[in-house]
Amino acid sequence: MAIRKENGRIINGYPNRRADLRKHPRVRETIIQALLFLAGFVSIFTTIGIVYELGKEALLFFRTPEVNLWEFLTGTSWQPHIEEFGVLPLALSTLITSSIAMMIAIPLGLTAAIYLSEYATERVRKILKPTLEVLAGIPTIVYGYFALTFVTPLLRSIFGEDVVEIYNMASGGLVMGILILPLVASMSEDALHAVPNALREAAFGLGATRLEVALKVVVPAAMSGIAAAIIVGISRAIGETMIVAVAVGAGPNFTFNPFRGAETMTGYIVRISGGDLSYDSIDYNSIFAIGLLLFFITLTLNIISQRIVRRFREVYE
Amino acid sequence: MNANNDQYVLQTRNLSVYYGDFKAVTDVNINIPRNKITAIIGPSGCGKSTLLRAFNRMNELVPGSRVEGEVLFNGQNLYAKDVDPVEVRHRIGMVFQKPNPFPKSIYENVAWGARIHGYRGNMDELVERCLVQAALWDEVKDILHRSGLALSGGQQQRLCIARAIAVQPEVILMDEPASALDPIATLKIEELMQELKKSYTIVIVTHNMQQAARVSDYTAMMMLVDEHSRSGTVIEFDETHKIFTRPSDKRTEDYVTGRFG
Ligand SMILES: Nc1ncnc2c1ncn2[C@@H]1O[C@H](COP(=O)(O)OP(=O)(O)OP(=O)(O)O)[C@@H](O)[C@H]1O
Ligand SMILES: [Mg+2]
Repeated sequence: MAIRKENGRIINGYPNRRADLRKHPRVRETIIQALLFLAGFVSIFTTIGIVYELGKEALLFFRTPEVNLWEFLTGTSWQPHIEEFGVLPLALSTLITSSIAMMIAIPLGLTAAIYLSEYATERVRKILKPTLEVLAGIPTIVYGYFALTFVTPLLRSIFGEDVVEIYNMASGGLVMGILILPLVASMSEDALHAVPNALREAAFGLGATRLEVALKVVVPAAMSGIAAAIIVGISRAIGETMIVAVAVGAGPNFTFNPFRGAETMTGYIVRISGGDLSYDSIDYNSIFAIGLLLFFITLTLNIISQRIVRRFREVYE
Repeated sequence: MNANNDQYVLQTRNLSVYYGDFKAVTDVNINIPRNKITAIIGPSGCGKSTLLRAFNRMNELVPGSRVEGEVLFNGQNLYAKDVDPVEVRHRIGMVFQKPNPFPKSIYENVAWGARIHGYRGNMDELVERCLVQAALWDEVKDILHRSGLALSGGQQQRLCIARAIAVQPEVILMDEPASALDPIATLKIEELMQELKKSYTIVIVTHNMQQAARVSDYTAMMMLVDEHSRSGTVIEFDETHKIFTRPSDKRTEDYVTGRFG
């Protein structure tokens, strides 16, 4: 290393140090900054493009004389061939399958998260958590056929073949719950694990049992993170497509009975877009209206979850 | 029970504490007198916190840690097979170096321990009494439902003390409770300890020699066993004024006069 002198002091090992303090261009910083900006821009632009496309096509649907927005949102019959466009049968089916899924995913996911974060040794945790995350990576079509060929026959043998239809919401919902469980468990576990150990020690130091520490200190402190996990899980359930397309049914049906077949919003969209309808038929345009509705539902849920996550940061220090 | 047990709350018998294979504390034999303040002093890393946490079985929350020897609490071995660590920590409470209030209201912080132990009395009275005892009541009586985290560091530490005494322990272990506080807040905690020792036995770890000399009745001087090991032990245990004026161990003298560590 060359020995340089600056104002009489010896400056070693900093070849880029200059005598003056003036600004000089940093090429690498600039390039990387530009790339980061581009990446951000592309993702935002894509989203805007999707909304634009959805909105444009949906507008075509709502412009047709047979359709009106109020009937779309409140009608209980979806039968395009007789010009009935009430979205509620599809929405209700989405609601029922998602609710069943969350009834599985929330309690099991939370239990798994509490076990992993508060009870499992570090070694067990290091093995189980990645395993759980792999589960979330199985293609959903596999889950779909698991519902149809395993869970449905099981339900039919338990409740009777005349009670449970071959295509039914219960089976799809249950399997969707299994699909979402790792997501809820993993995100909740992150939230629990982020709670500072000092709080656990404080509780143990007062003579709390492990369960009391987990349920009365750690879970409340992580509540916002857990809530966010649940909302992400719900969005995932609402948007889930393959399982419902395979196992839940292929016809709109306004029913509260989970053992009957029905069609969810996403299920309807795949069926129509996979069919041989012409591109300017009213059926075809309707899927964009439903898509837009789905988009707004998940957007709302995501905004709520972001709000909650933001509050999460303020909970402990 | 013999006479000794009335005088001493905690007694250690050849107590050694391990983290895995590493013996952090070697062969400690001390008797901690009731309703007194006992200070544990010594250079960093000599095992003060480890010893303190062995007194209420907090150390076993560290995976791989274990204990040899005995800790007698009112004559009963805390590490006997049939002893429940949860019961131990109910009777031997702890205040930590960094204030760690729960992210709950001031009121809920104090009430928390009482609730989990099924306290039957009047909760409002308990909370008030503990906050008064912890010399915090006047400052917080109008903001009981505000978050404990909204308090200053010194107030938070007094809140933690109030929380600890709410479960009515016999012993309070304090690990450098004032090291994160300014001199005035420190003074408050020290005055508070003098008050508390009427009802509780206090064991305090401190790095501050003046503090040990000021507040404690007894002092345990810890040091590494020898220069080849990283294991610490109590090299001298005596009344505080003796430790600071006429220590019997040369190393203690060097340490308390500042010629060491
Ligand atoms: N959780 C742990 N796992 C492994 N070793 C530990 C652990 N905690 C402490 N030790 C080791 O045990 C020895 C004693 O640590 P301890 O924290 O009791 O010292 P201390 O006297 O309290 O120090 P300080 O004054 O810096 O707080 C040290 O060598 C430390 O590295
Ligand atoms: Mg320490």
